[in-house]
Amino acid sequence: MDDLYREIIIEHYKNPSYRGHLDPHDISFADNNPLCGDHIQIDLRVDKDGKVTDARFDGHGCAISQASADLLIESIIGKSVEDVKKLGKQDILDLLGIDLGPVRLKCALLSLKVLKAGVYGLGEASDELVE
Amino acid sequence: MSLDVTSIRKQFPILNREVRPGVKVVYLDSTATSQKPEPVIEAMNDYYRRFNANIHRGVHTLAEEATAAYEQAREKIAKFINAPAAREIIYTRNTTESINLVAYTWARANLKPGDLVILTEMEHHSNLVPWHILAAERGIRLEFIPVTDDGLLDLDAYRLLLSQDPKLVSFTHMSNVLGTITPAQEIIKLAHEAGAITIVDGAQSVPHLKVDVQKLDVDFLAFSAHKMCGPTGIGALYGKANLLEAMPPFMGGGDMIKEVKLRSFRPNSIPAKFEAGTPAIAESVGFGAAVDFLNSIGMENVAAHEHEIIEYALERLEEIPGVKVFGPSADKKGGVASFTFDGVHPHDVAQILDRDGIAVRAGHHCAQPLHEKFGIPATTRASFYLYSTKDEVDALVNGIYNVKKVFG
Repeated sequence: MDDLYREIIIEHYKNPSYRGHLDPHDISFADNNPLCGDHIQIDLRVDKDGKVTDARFDGHGCAISQASADLLIESIIGKSVEDVKKLGKQDILDLLGIDLGPVRLKCALLSLKVLKAGVYGLGEASDELVE
Repeated sequence: MSLDVTSIRKQFPILNREVRPGVKVVYLDSTATSQKPEPVIEAMNDYYRRFNANIHRGVHTLAEEATAAYEQAREKIAKFINAPAAREIIYTRNTTESINLVAYTWARANLKPGDLVILTEMEHHSNLVPWHILAAERGIRLEFIPVTDDGLLDLDAYRLLLSQDPKLVSFTHMSNVLGTITPAQEIIKLAHEAGAITIVDGAQSVPHLKVDVQKLDVDFLAFSAHKMCGPTGIGALYGKANLLEAMPPFMGGGDMIKEVKLRSFRPNSIPAKFEAGTPAIAESVGFGAAVDFLNSIGMENVAAHEHEIIEYALERLEEIPGVKVFGPSADKKGGVASFTFDGVHPHDVAQILDRDGIAVRAGHHCAQPLHEKFGIPATTRASFYLYSTKDEVDALVNGIYNVKKVFG
């Protein structure tokens, strides 16, 4: 339980490095977690080789959802869009360094769902994207 | 008279549970669902052990006993809300289904495109979405009684809406977020003067207050057993007999018919007309036992106890820096305290409170538009019932200070 609020999570929640918007951007997508109303928007800049050159997130929600968004954004800058498409649940858990129950897992995975819906150009961030 | 809470708590086995070794549960989530006392659990066990059978039509002893228990519970529920007749109580799955039943039958038979339905800004999704669906299908018009900054209904605005010839006014008797007890009798009287039918969402009021449908003169009242010491899976819709009789049936199937031909049917009389298929029989027995249990304590006593607890809770919560409680003062609300805590998301508050065994709810509590109105995505909600104590309020307050420690 104390694990859930590890220093790294509290730190990224309180002082995120990548909170904000990119204007202009190449990809932008936002969605909610309907269970709790958490909201995440992600903006990406992608170069002609398909590499993510910059990214930001904005939104509101619990420490888990916001910290995992910040960590996720940090991890994808410099990666190719093709690699981003391959990210899954375990990658988020590795970033957070914790294990989560089913309810909090939804909080943690919101940013990845939004990111993947964005890069795939989908209208909705569905659960299947992060299974 | 004050309640003997110690002896009441002894009847709720779950309140003794340790959620982790040495950490006893502090259950502050009764607005979501109440805990169940021994007599309710026992009544359902007894049904399954001694007289489980399908109801109606059976002539054997078990079927007769099961049918009698099912119908006796209906009579108890009718008396509990002072309904003139037991046949005016329709068993449903819950409050949501009760409201949907009216939306799918009465409303579809009586509302035309452009007809006005008045709701309020503090409704639970269960009293919003059925009307959204109908609006999309039928083109009815929805208007909302506004909520004031202190969490009350704006009755002046309501009077203005009434001048637009409403056909239906459907509203909550007690907000599940703000705890606001609405002036139901006055709202209903004004609605009737304007020629409208009324539905009261009693999910939160029937478990906590003395609700008298004849005094209210309400046309429909929806409520759930599980929030009033009874089991999940069963609720009730009270409706005035003349309205229920004129309504088309809801679901089709067994029990709701008088006669079936290959190409037609004749519906049964009320209440059977609205109870298609094998119902929740054990749950009806539990529902009846829950009513007996609450009667043995007295709803006036329940309400007075909860008033004492919410008064104390508001006083203690408001002394914590960074805590903001939503809704009116204690004299205008039931035992519900929804709050925000600066800098910490409600999910995190709830998660850290759980470490101390404290069960609260976090989110928008199925009232998203109300949260939007107050400009907040979510709240943490502590709610109280007849078994709640001031010690539990103290545990909550200490828990919130622990949240502060984690978030620095």
